[in-house]
Amino acid sequence: MSWVSNIIVALLVAGGAYVWIWARSNRLWREAMRALVRRRRFALIILGVYVLIGLLDAVSWVGGDGVQGVAASEARSVIDRIFKPSIFREKSYSEPFAQVEFVGGAALTFPGQHVLGTDILGDDVLYKTLKGVKVALLIGGLTCLVLIPLALLFGVSAGYFGGKIDDAVFFVMSTLASIPNLLLLIALIMALGKGTLQVCFALGITGWVGLSRLTRAETLKLRELEYVQAARALGVSHPTIVMRHILPNLAHLVIITFALLFTGLVLSETILAYLGIGLDGSWGRMIDQARNELSRDPVIWWNIVAASSALFILVLCVNLIADALRDILDPRTLRERP
Amino acid sequence: MTDAATNTPLLSVEDLSVTFPVRGERAPVVDRVSFAMAPGEILALVGESGCGKSMTALAILRLIAKPGRIEPHSRVVFDERDILRLKVTQMRALRGAGIAMIFQEPMASLNPVQTVGDQVIEALRLHERVSPAAARDRAAEIFERVGIPDPRGRLKAYPHQLSGGLKQRVMIAMMLVVRPRLLIADEPTTALDVTVQAQILALLRDLREELGMAVLLITHDFGVVNELADRVAVMYGGRIAEEGTRAEVLGAPRHPYTQGLLRSIPSLAHRGETLEEIAGTVPSVGLWPAGCRFATRCPKVFEPCNAEVPPAVRLSDSHRAACHEIAHEVRR
Repeated sequence: MSWVSNIIVALLVAGGAYVWIWARSNRLWREAMRALVRRRRFALIILGVYVLIGLLDAVSWVGGDGVQGVAASEARSVIDRIFKPSIFREKSYSEPFAQVEFVGGAALTFPGQHVLGTDILGDDVLYKTLKGVKVALLIGGLTCLVLIPLALLFGVSAGYFGGKIDDAVFFVMSTLASIPNLLLLIALIMALGKGTLQVCFALGITGWVGLSRLTRAETLKLRELEYVQAARALGVSHPTIVMRHILPNLAHLVIITFALLFTGLVLSETILAYLGIGLDGSWGRMIDQARNELSRDPVIWWNIVAASSALFILVLCVNLIADALRDILDPRTLRERP
Repeated sequence: MTDAATNTPLLSVEDLSVTFPVRGERAPVVDRVSFAMAPGEILALVGESGCGKSMTALAILRLIAKPGRIEPHSRVVFDERDILRLKVTQMRALRGAGIAMIFQEPMASLNPVQTVGDQVIEALRLHERVSPAAARDRAAEIFERVGIPDPRGRLKAYPHQLSGGLKQRVMIAMMLVVRPRLLIADEPTTALDVTVQAQILALLRDLREELGMAVLLITHDFGVVNELADRVAVMYGGRIAEEGTRAEVLGAPRHPYTQGLLRSIPSLAHRGETLEEIAGTVPSVGLWPAGCRFATRCPKVFEPCNAEVPPAVRLSDSHRAACHEIAHEVRR
């Protein structure tokens, strides 16, 4: 399976480079990017580090560097190879930078080298936290991949064609919106199973209504605008009008909603993990496991602090960027003066 | 221009009706409108807001949005083809290539996220197979023709970087790049400054001469009519009240509505006097009187006006007016 994730990484990098080059050639987006970098440089750098870690964790290959305890057929990622989790471990808890074990005080195998300490099984917490980056990005990204096309399909067709299609879509949206989100989510995951794809799919199914409403309303407005009328007067077909005149004018909405949704999705996975249906290796799972450790005396705090901080910083950065993006891309919000 | 009806007309509209549902009934917004246009002719369709002139134009392109409907007895013949009976794909091919339309608001008529060059090229490549490079050349050519300075540079401009007058020129360029035989201009200058208005009108007149294209000019501005039109049709309440050459309608109007309209134009000759107006307001759709639509406001109203639809009275080969008063006079 490792080649699938390698190909996806290659595609992501290529796609990112393409978008970058395209955006640079287009003045509108070049200016928007410049304004974003000027305003949120720090948040962008941190987000970049997160993405880099996620990508490094997704590139993996079989083949050893002679580390003990690793099966010969096991593909390991760059992060795995840096940390060597099979040997870089202790017997149980140790504090950050500790020289001795937390309970009992026996000497550690790697004294002073566990920056964030180790957990109950002796695994390095920093390693586990970094492994969580990929899971978090995967939840946000993959879910949006399900959610945005779904929302656009329903929202744009309802808004553009109106009439019976609009009624049908609105009925589905109202029905979905009337079911408590979390219940539907849990039911879907129970029905589909607990894999990454299934959870992302379930999150996508439950989350598209908001964006769909937005795009429907905006399409209703765009449809009546004179350039759409003009395109029709020129004999442009409906699909072409949607592709060339409606969707590009929804792009700012989609980008802003994507950025805002992303954090919401990462956070809802945490809640799911707390309910025991999250993804393996996610920060939500780490936080869930650290719950009991908080009631111990003395308190084991580094596990939950590491996972929560990683989550907090990611959410904060993405929200800051989303906020700035909205100011830049949405003409209705006044530009803040720096 | 000679009388359109005697030559083979480019466009002939017969009994065109457009209805909208009002309180459970289908109320006609355009009611049995008939007119014809010769190739290369400029016909002005004049009237107050809500008199159905824009609806007439949209109906010719079959762009009436639901719940509006073109009634089945209507006939619109363009270039000897019955437009209302064309297939959707044939109609789409005709739009732009045969009949094009420019709109009132140049500010909203261009897609803000595409360069104006791309939009003109899109219009061209929709109807003709041309290479991207050739399309770009053609676009620059037409930009130059409609008087856009630095045409090649402006191809890369976004709409927000252009002034209102330039945007309207781009719009005209976009509609003319495929050389339609009929251009419908829906209040093309209303949103523009007076000086820019004059430029755009001059441009339309030049293009007509050059391309031999007919123009259906929709306006409520008699200044524009006087400037541009060969013939004038005055609409009221979804019907044509009076139709004739510019000299006939503006110089010797016969219908009381046309007379009232022309009297209510402010002029320097009557400075200091109270401006005349037509009493009352346009009744809303569905509340129109059964006979003559103008009966509620007409100063010359008498018995048949409220009950019977006035017949179109021929006053000359090109001049006709729909009024009981005139019919009465002619009969006597």
